[in-house]
Amino acid sequence: MASSKTTRGAAVEEADGGKRPTEKSTAKSAGKAGPGQDLAGLEAGLDALDAVQTKRVSAAEVLVQKVLPPIVAVAFVLALWKVLVVAKVTPDYKLPDPGLVWDSLRQLWLQGELLDIIWTSVSRGLFGFLIALAIATPLGLVVARVKFIRAGLGPILSGLQSLPSVAWVPPAVIWLGLNDQMMYTVILLGAVPSIANGLVAGIDQVPPLFLRAGRTLGARGLVSARHILLPAALPGYVAGLKQGWAFSWRSLMAAEIIAKSPDLGLGLGQYLENQRNNSDMAGVLLGILLILVVGIAIELLIFAPIERRVLRSRGLLASAR
Amino acid sequence: MSPALTTEKDDRASTAAAGSAGAAGSVSIAHVHKAFGRPGAAQPVLEDINLQVRPGEFVCILGASGCGKSTLLNLIADLDKPTSGAIEVPGGRPALMFQEHALFPWLTAGKNIELALRLRGVPRADRRPRAERLLELVRLGGAYGKRVHELSGGMRQRVALARALAQDSSVLLMDEPFAALDAITRDVLHEELTRIWSETGVSVLFVTHNVREAVRLAERVVLLSSRPGRVVRDWSVDIPQPRRIEDAAVADLSVEITEELRGEIRRHGQQ
Repeated sequence: MASSKTTRGAAVEEADGGKRPTEKSTAKSAGKAGPGQDLAGLEAGLDALDAVQTKRVSAAEVLVQKVLPPIVAVAFVLALWKVLVVAKVTPDYKLPDPGLVWDSLRQLWLQGELLDIIWTSVSRGLFGFLIALAIATPLGLVVARVKFIRAGLGPILSGLQSLPSVAWVPPAVIWLGLNDQMMYTVILLGAVPSIANGLVAGIDQVPPLFLRAGRTLGARGLVSARHILLPAALPGYVAGLKQGWAFSWRSLMAAEIIAKSPDLGLGLGQYLENQRNNSDMAGVLLGILLILVVGIAIELLIFAPIERRVLRSRGLLASAR
Repeated sequence: MSPALTTEKDDRASTAAAGSAGAAGSVSIAHVHKAFGRPGAAQPVLEDINLQVRPGEFVCILGASGCGKSTLLNLIADLDKPTSGAIEVPGGRPALMFQEHALFPWLTAGKNIELALRLRGVPRADRRPRAERLLELVRLGGAYGKRVHELSGGMRQRVALARALAQDSSVLLMDEPFAALDAITRDVLHEELTRIWSETGVSVLFVTHNVREAVRLAERVVLLSSRPGRVVRDWSVDIPQPRRIEDAAVADLSVEITEELRGEIRRHGQQ
């Protein structure tokens, strides 16, 4: 709102400044010089107000609109859970008290294992994701821009994306044995198609006008890819990255749950599977909750801010207005 | 296209960004034909176009739909090749401005201009001062750090003009650059363009379907026929600048040209 007023102010000022003082317009522009300056002042004022306002509003709004609803939702689920336990809807070994899950968590923390377990999985997941990123980016670029390769690989990439990555665990174990390489292979097979497809979609949505404009400015080939195509495709690419992380995390958990070996460090998936073997339902639920929380936390801490920044800088985010 | 395109480029890079582009020769378009489609069943779009644009001249190309105005600009900008004929553009790749501002939304206004400078090979240290000078030339001195979405339509087109000027080409091609603006903004931009044209000495080839706009701006108005595009007539506009779109002389010539344009359009109904 404010910005549209600002620009109008500038335009009027322009109209006065642009006029040659030769014609009869001299009198007019002299008469308008006052309002023109007024509008310039108005513009500066509005800009200042705008900047302060967005910050002040967002601080209050974030609490009410972004933080509060999830807390309420979690509280509601916990309350429902507690009610079901108290009402003895199912036996305890199927649905333990939330307090028992909390105790498991505390125990894990006091044993000093909690962070180790989380870190084992997160480091695997992120490292696998980074390799996937390094492979998928050139792959997506080539698939998007080279017709022949696209016709050949495009459908395969889309197909792979709908293949559950658990399916890759058995062959990966046979190929590579029970080790970290196997885990990374499963992550890659899950995440690479997802990131590459995101990049392809992002590039497909680049307005041809940008490419033409780039060509008239002298950007061709790799220069054009670097300065025009990739930045223009960034929103789609970032969406692909987000999805790629989700796929990485899912694939890793599938691999960790299925593949058991003392050589592999204890990650969240193995922890979950171990608790099942111990028939410790509170531990199983804790494992699931930790997997969920870590997945969400990585998205919120890493990918959401990147996405917000990319979209906001382009004026594609509603709250930026 | 011509060897001049590559050889003169580097010489020109050393000249200042604003107010320097006058020296090079004319744009020369000789017997240019353009047809789209397979050979044999090709649709002619442009037929035997001959046009010279003197250094520093402002020429408007006028025509109804289907006259191949945009095709002609694409040919001159080397975005497409003519089927036959020769186009010579001295003094480097011509700058091209579109109806849409075509600014890159991931860059600020200033960085958009700097990208043009960078792609032209301007050293890093020179880019920012030049970009700021160009922004001042279009009277947007404070807009360096502004994002594209923070600018109004008219401001965006001025940044686009500054970016086009950053190419430091002696020829500026404009493809209906003000068609999407409101009348008041367009009027202001006509004044800006006339001022910048006279300050920089750049040759302007301005495509439009708006007769009044053509007469308001140009030293010469070239009327193209439609399907295929051919040069029908060529008017010199002797009305002294600064003109205004509501001037009587502008109106009179506009009426004359409109008559001719309508005649051209009518011909298609009779066929």
